[in-house]
Amino acid sequence: MKRIYIHEEYCIGCRLCEIHCLVRHSESKKIVKAFKEEFPRAMAMLVVEERGYLSFALQCRHCEEAPCVEACITGAMQRDEETNAVLCDEDKCVGCWMCIMVCPFGVIKRDLEVKKVASKCDLCLGEEVPVCVRNCPNEAITFEERAVA
Amino acid sequence: MSYTIIGNSAAAIGAVEAIRSQDDTGEIVIVSREKYRAYSRPLITYLLAGHVDESRMYYRDEDFYERKGVRTILGREVCELDVPEQRLVLDDGSKLDFEKLLIATGGSAIMPQVDGSQLNGVFTLMGWDDARAVQEYLETYSVSRVVVIGGGLIGLKAAEAFDELGLEVTVIELMDRIMSANFDQKASEIVQRRLAQKGIALVTGNTVERILQYKNRIGGVVLKDHRRIECQMVVFGIGVRPNISLVENTPIQTAKGILVDEHMQTAVENIYAAGDVVEVRDILLNKMRPIAIWPNAYKQGWVAGCNMAGGCKAYPGSFAMNSIQLFDVPTISVGILEAEENGLEVLKHFDRKRDAYKKVVLRDGVIVGAILVRDIDRAGIYTGLIRDQMDVSSFRDVLLSEDFGLISLPKEYRKHLVEGEGVYL
Repeated sequence: MKRIYIHEEYCIGCRLCEIHCLVRHSESKKIVKAFKEEFPRAMAMLVVEERGYLSFALQCRHCEEAPCVEACITGAMQRDEETNAVLCDEDKCVGCWMCIMVCPFGVIKRDLEVKKVASKCDLCLGEEVPVCVRNCPNEAITFEERAVA
Repeated sequence: MSYTIIGNSAAAIGAVEAIRSQDDTGEIVIVSREKYRAYSRPLITYLLAGHVDESRMYYRDEDFYERKGVRTILGREVCELDVPEQRLVLDDGSKLDFEKLLIATGGSAIMPQVDGSQLNGVFTLMGWDDARAVQEYLETYSVSRVVVIGGGLIGLKAAEAFDELGLEVTVIELMDRIMSANFDQKASEIVQRRLAQKGIALVTGNTVERILQYKNRIGGVVLKDHRRIECQMVVFGIGVRPNISLVENTPIQTAKGILVDEHMQTAVENIYAAGDVVEVRDILLNKMRPIAIWPNAYKQGWVAGCNMAGGCKAYPGSFAMNSIQLFDVPTISVGILEAEENGLEVLKHFDRKRDAYKKVVLRDGVIVGAILVRDIDRAGIYTGLIRDQMDVSSFRDVLLSEDFGLISLPKEYRKHLVEGEGVYL
């Protein structure tokens, strides 16, 4: 499957990925509306880490043996059999945060404003290329098919 | 090849999914004492409180068994395991031959034999039927006060549900604080403050000696110190023990739970065991013990299933961990927390204003425990460092900082983490 790969040496911390992720997961899908008119504001489903000159965007790795899927008590976190993406069914999630306890990347967020459920990268299913990758100006994240190690 | 699984919860489903990832055609049979499709046991207190309805209790889609080609025999208990004949005898007398067997019979709630524990109105909370029995009781009789015995995970989740139903709740805990198996003193205190705010009465260092009957119903309880507490319902939540009676008098070896090798195979070839019924290696305490938590059960079932289907997977061992939200206070606790007693190094931060708490326990430069109260985000990074037994000496000063993240880790480890087997950077 195609996955998002991170190249921290190119990241300049512009956070465009974060902005576009938020817009994509907003009601209106419109950048100005998403920030100025939607309350509670949508969440970006990725994390941008930054320290000094070093920065990178980090989103769900869609692990082969995903600890969050193993740990999920409700079955909300499951691997989509068609796309192999790890997806959270927000209707099933009760916010027990087992996934947060086990995700070694810390990329699952609590959506406390809206639904009290776990929120994570869905690879922008339906889009050919996830919006974070498409909008990264200097290819610090790429969407590629690579052989599994 | 044919696969027979006793049990129908996390370990069983993990095994089915693993088997089917390797073997599309082998026959899979699930036998379960409970009549339900696989459901989420931890959700029963959510069901009681009305946070989820019955349709949301199921762990997998309705067509799961059909899609995975699983034949289910539900509502039937296996009462005999004939190892030499490779045969199970069910409670209706029918016999079932097996080739590869997985024992995933889980655990049962411990019910102490105190005077009155057999009365109608005394419950344990382990499965869906227990929740239904409690619901039915609450609908049938007028109950305004309930006593919950056990201030651990099950007891407190039950107390929370009863509180939300508008009942007056008293929790009786044997130790001097709640959640003593999962929390350190400080974390217990924070949640106890929340309990007090919510009006939940807590009695520590005490236990119920007798349950009183009043006009054929529950009238109250008498504690060890002879104190009486009036109530109309009693719920025991003092712990679980592995369901191993099926393998008694067989060559399958047991201690507290069934003993398995790293492939989740028992002492008998072709018979595997997984989930709350087994003992696994606690890699922090370096001893075998049951660690009855959902994530372990699924993973062990998965490993067992892989091996039953001819693969070769080793279970890496585990350690205590839990994520539990009590009265809107999220908590995550992992590994060894009794640091001071064990002479281990501790890093901690307490935010008095928000009653938020973080603590990390170190042993020879390696994290062996972490507890987070309220600020639980990114907790899994600690869990990962514990699992990988990573030396954190070079970045220990930032372990508790607010912006602690993958960026705080040494570059090689960060690369290893995201480029390691099955994950991608």
